[in-house]
Amino acid sequence: MGEFKVHRVRFFEYMPTAIRAMSFNAHTERLALARVDGSVEVFNFADRYFQEKVIPGKDAHSIEALCWVGGRLFSAGLHGEITEYDLENLRPKYSLEAYGGPIWTIISNPQGTHVAIGCEDGTVKLFEVLAEGVQFERNLDRQKGRIISLSWHPSGTRIAAGMMDMIRVFDVLTGHAIQRLLVDRSVGGCKSRETVVWTVVFLSDHTIFSSDSAGKVQVWDGHTGTLVKTHQLTKWDVLALSVSKDESSVVAGTSEGTVVQFQFIAPNLQQQEKEWVRTRTFKNHTHDVRALVEIGTAIVSGGMDTQLVVRPLLEKFEEKCFASGLRRIHFPHRNLVSCAQKARLLLLQFPGQLELWRLGESDGHGKPGDILPLKTKPEKLLYLKRKGKDHICCSALSSCGGWLAYSTVSSVRLYRLQTDNNISITKVPKLPKVLRSAHQLCFSSESSYLFAASSQSSVLVISLNQSECKYVHTLKPKSGSRQPIHLMTTSVDGKWLATANSDCEVHVYNLQKLELHCMVPMYSSCPSAMGIHPTTNNLTMVHADQQIFEFSIAEKQYTVWSRKLQMQGLHNLWLNRDTPVTHVTFNPKNPDQILLHDMYMFCIIDQSLPLPDQKTQFYNQMTLRSLSEQERPSHLHAFKVCKSFQDLMCMRLLDDQSLVVVERPLMAINSQLPAPVRQKKFAT
Amino acid sequence: MVEHTGIRVVHRGGSKINFREPVITSDSRFLLCGSGESVKVYSTSTEECVHDLQGHTDLVTGVVLNPSNHLQAYSCSADGTVRLWDFTDGILIKTFIIRYHIFSIHVSEKHVGVLFVVVPMANEKGSELFQLVAVHLPRSGDPEVEVGELSAVLCDVSPNPGAVSFGTGGEYIAAAKGLQLEVFFFKKQKSYRFSLKSGMNKGINNSFTCISCHPKEDCIATGHADGKIRLWRNFNQKKEYTYSTLHWHHNAVNTLRFTPEGTNLLSGGIESVLVQWRYTQENQKDFLPRLGAAITHIAVSPDGSLFCTSHADNKITIILSSVKVSAIIQGLVKDDCVRTDLMIDPRSKALVLNGKPGHLQFYSLHRDKQLYNLDIVQQEYIHEQGVDQFQVVKAAFDTHGDWLATVEERRQKSSELEINLKLWSYDEQTQSFVLNTTVTAPHEDQITAMCFSPSPETTLLVTTSLDGHFKAWLLADHSDTEESASWSCDFVGGYHLLKPGCCCFSADGSLLAFGFQEVVTVWSPTSWELLTTLSQPPGAVRDLCFGRLSCSKYLLGTSTKNQLCCWNLLTCSLEWNTPMDVSLLQADPFSENMAAFCSQSGSTDLFVFKPSEPRPLFSKKALCTGKVERAIFAPRDQMLESSEEYSQWLNRSQLYFLTQHMDLMTFSTKTEEDRLLASSKQLMVDDSVAITPFYLLLGRHKQQQQEKQELLTNPLAERTPLPQGSIAIKELLDTPAHVLPSASFLCSMFVRSLLVSSSSRSKLEDNVCTP
Repeated sequence: MGEFKVHRVRFFEYMPTAIRAMSFNAHTERLALARVDGSVEVFNFADRYFQEKVIPGKDAHSIEALCWVGGRLFSAGLHGEITEYDLENLRPKYSLEAYGGPIWTIISNPQGTHVAIGCEDGTVKLFEVLAEGVQFERNLDRQKGRIISLSWHPSGTRIAAGMMDMIRVFDVLTGHAIQRLLVDRSVGGCKSRETVVWTVVFLSDHTIFSSDSAGKVQVWDGHTGTLVKTHQLTKWDVLALSVSKDESSVVAGTSEGTVVQFQFIAPNLQQQEKEWVRTRTFKNHTHDVRALVEIGTAIVSGGMDTQLVVRPLLEKFEEKCFASGLRRIHFPHRNLVSCAQKARLLLLQFPGQLELWRLGESDGHGKPGDILPLKTKPEKLLYLKRKGKDHICCSALSSCGGWLAYSTVSSVRLYRLQTDNNISITKVPKLPKVLRSAHQLCFSSESSYLFAASSQSSVLVISLNQSECKYVHTLKPKSGSRQPIHLMTTSVDGKWLATANSDCEVHVYNLQKLELHCMVPMYSSCPSAMGIHPTTNNLTMVHADQQIFEFSIAEKQYTVWSRKLQMQGLHNLWLNRDTPVTHVTFNPKNPDQILLHDMYMFCIIDQSLPLPDQKTQFYNQMTLRSLSEQERPSHLHAFKVCKSFQDLMCMRLLDDQSLVVVERPLMAINSQLPAPVRQKKFAT
Repeated sequence: MVEHTGIRVVHRGGSKINFREPVITSDSRFLLCGSGESVKVYSTSTEECVHDLQGHTDLVTGVVLNPSNHLQAYSCSADGTVRLWDFTDGILIKTFIIRYHIFSIHVSEKHVGVLFVVVPMANEKGSELFQLVAVHLPRSGDPEVEVGELSAVLCDVSPNPGAVSFGTGGEYIAAAKGLQLEVFFFKKQKSYRFSLKSGMNKGINNSFTCISCHPKEDCIATGHADGKIRLWRNFNQKKEYTYSTLHWHHNAVNTLRFTPEGTNLLSGGIESVLVQWRYTQENQKDFLPRLGAAITHIAVSPDGSLFCTSHADNKITIILSSVKVSAIIQGLVKDDCVRTDLMIDPRSKALVLNGKPGHLQFYSLHRDKQLYNLDIVQQEYIHEQGVDQFQVVKAAFDTHGDWLATVEERRQKSSELEINLKLWSYDEQTQSFVLNTTVTAPHEDQITAMCFSPSPETTLLVTTSLDGHFKAWLLADHSDTEESASWSCDFVGGYHLLKPGCCCFSADGSLLAFGFQEVVTVWSPTSWELLTTLSQPPGAVRDLCFGRLSCSKYLLGTSTKNQLCCWNLLTCSLEWNTPMDVSLLQADPFSENMAAFCSQSGSTDLFVFKPSEPRPLFSKKALCTGKVERAIFAPRDQMLESSEEYSQWLNRSQLYFLTQHMDLMTFSTKTEEDRLLASSKQLMVDDSVAITPFYLLLGRHKQQQQEKQELLTNPLAERTPLPQGSIAIKELLDTPAHVLPSASFLCSMFVRSLLVSSSSRSKLEDNVCTP
């Protein structure tokens, strides 16, 4: 392309943490995912696996299990508390000490009236789910040894509990243990080592599946307490099990990174009698599969290698579509990097700290594709450790580089920065009381205002100047949505502010009048990125389903180009891309150009060029290069896609027309993972 | 088809027994396998060939047991017939004429009276597409029945019989080809197709190689070219089918078989390891390694007590169900190329050629059995590709079979050629060859020809090499010392630095001819004097042969430029020559006849002639496709009394040749076939005894003796019934106890019945006395 000078940044050492637990809510099609650092993420499976919400973690607050009760999300961990999350304010609502030592598992009954937890001290505790919280009801018979896993029979009258070396079946009404199933220790390994029953699954026909640390998946008859079948899957642990909703398939995740499927199949096609047969093996992970969910059309797995894999079951799809492709989610669907375009600074956000870097400089010139020599190297200016136990949930850097703000669930901190000659940072004292926490932070373009997304989709406007900062106003939407804002952007002229929330609503506020200007017509998919054009003040939105809209703020309607785009439809190759667009910017030199990027590509949309239809070659850069100057214009279309940068975390256009591209190669992430379990590979 | 009717080219002896899957009979006593144009019945316990079921006129392409009578078997052949045999007695019961080239045969217990055969789609030999058709056998008493009714079941199937299998109780049939598996349900008359992704771009070859259906459950096991085994279930649905994958083989799975109860799955491939998978406990497997060569087929006996595996080196291994090898039936080992000539061991009359790597095999053509292997290289053979190892390239016997000379060579990349000449003497005590002399580097370059002098006075060996020399080796007799006799070089000769290509002794050993490129030189081996040179350019001499018996004054030579020349050695002039591209010239050691194989436009013609008259005695056009490089005249054990002129040349010896595809073929005359047919019907053996040569030798002898005795002593005497069969004892044993008279009453009658009458006793004694 050769239009931009590119800063290729690889010093962002972002390291996602391992996935620990998952829970799928089939009713709302939301997947809740807990990571080892205690953060919880909610993915909307109806909207292309878009990461809707992120609840930051907390030090010493690890999560062992998650469970949905209706639309409410509960977690429990080794700290011994049950936590319910406030999904509207993206924070824990309350934590309740269970008084049973570390909690290994939490599970709700199918009716949604109770949750049961398994504790280190050998008790299974039942809690009643009330409107305002959970209340302890009673203990089941206390056992010797910890309760590792629980599974509720679909009728709600029985609970199977996986323990050390055994499985117990409890009658919920009486609280007595009625079955005791002994699990063998590993055959080859050390006999003295106890077998941990990592997961149990109780099916409606009283079949119990168990997976254990000896590498077995065992099928038991829950009526008689007898072993039906043993499947030795691996030499290592089988850590996760999940059953499909119709109970025709069970999947098991092993430490070798494989997922093994068991299906309930009639051995003779004419007969009705069925049995469980081991069928397919999927290998999409390099490390332990710690969490696994079978969602009917796909198997969702996650583990030590930090990626979330959605492996579709192809027999459930009639034809090829977006959902029938294998998906891997590596990076969060939001920005962890903020950039000061004028001051050439990058702010990198980690859960525990912030890093401020100054970009390197080069005055060299070269042909397109050349690597220019650096005059000054990139420089780490600042390492800012967060205060308190809570992890950072969002951060912002003003474009002049003079202000820095970050927020945790409990507090917001604002800093004054000086980066000219001697670097200094001063915390701004006495922030307004209303500013307790923020879901998103954003500075206005000339750094005179700080906008903080607060509860119920409202935005706090704080005015900044050298001496003090002052609360100005709260912008509230008229819709009354209670969902959090996940995107916020201001116009360059300082007149407009656009916000998007998890209800897919996009609001535009007039900052001069401090009132709601308009609401963009609702679209079913959540916006994943948006930006306001510096000259025309058109709002460009890209949604999770890859649709692009351009909305004229002044005229309060979609622009002509946007209508044309919707009329003609986007190219299939564009629509079937893997990851959502995470950022939109504009080229101030060429007002026709919109710059977007996702994880695998960045794209320049040139509005002056014709739109591609389904027959045109979409990725045409190679063809264009081979054509002569005269032929080239006839082959041009609006989407110019560049894939030379991979694993993109961020892409920004600086004021001097150079691009900053922040890459985080997946290889680098993999190399920092702990070593996987040893496996014998053929011919090694 | 034949110019001279009555002489056919047949597979007889040394044919492939691993071409198709063998069959074990339901009592596990016999093993049936197609071998060339016949079906061989082997005893599973003694490895001995019990019957040779002959009748087909082309390659047998499949053998199956008759599902409605376990004492009968069907065989199909490329000649377009299916034959029903009684294999215990070796009798042909019926012939069904189908008139298509049949590639394989399948039967199922559920489909009584129906055979499933694979035939080409269009009735052409070269057709690439095959279909599976159902053959409804007509009910008719005639021994030869024409079958009219064929109905297609599956189109586009693989001709490989391992790629078609019947499912549980014959409800469905599964066939695999390329990347597609097709299952046809007979009841619903509906087929389901499942295809795999090619995976070629990832370097995986997913294509199906073999298939086997579980006998009790609806599960299909398929083997794949990348070494995986897939177990398919739920295949009566278009979408919801599922499979699990097993992987042990690192190369293509050649064959798969479920045991009759379905508890185990057996698989084999190039690894030469039989793998036994436990059904539904697939991570428990048993291995039977070191089976010698790649496994091509697996068969299981109907009661599951025996397995047998066919191997790429023409071997069938019989394995007990406890995964132990119990017997090995070894056919003629044919590698992809035979480096040595075909030879006849003068002592055992066995065919000698390359066998296992580094070995010479001795194969009895009359008994169609490998006699033994002689380890020539005497080094461990490493089963790995790309390793250069010693190979036996030349071998020669002297006239009496006392000496054997072998040449082995190894050419490593970018290094010198290593050659060893070994001389072996026959040891009467051990009945085998013992190494006498090893000559390392006998020549500086490859040895092109080697022969022993046929003269009875001297033991002389001549070798010629590409280094431009020929060497004569003599057995030096160290009778004065303790050492035994050993060989040493006696003479080194050459001719104008030309490279000798072939050598030949005259029948009495008085003349020795060398072909030095275009020049034929004739030497006297006693004085090493160059007697004369003969040359008939253009073209280098390829083969030289002295005439025999009445034609011993002639020397025949073939050249690379399509010349067959005949020189008269008395006048040293050319007697006659003809333009012919003779690829091989072979002299019959028992007559004046010569056989010349001429390659012409992709196929080979044969001419048999006498050197004295240039008119051929016998000619056959288009013998086989490709060049014939190796042939041999083997002596007959029984002379033929054929009077027809065209077949007289086959009276004393039999001509065997190896085709390009390494099939050992021979010629058979009408009289010979009649004799074989007559002999096969006579043989009637008692079922209860396993047939061994020992039994045939002694058992028949005993029977004949007995009959003779009977005839002599009392021709009309009836055989006394055995005591168990007498009426008195039957009455005693069969009548209920409460209706029997008292024991004292019965006793005398019982004892009397056990007594042997005087006449029959003498007979019994006689029998005992005869040795």
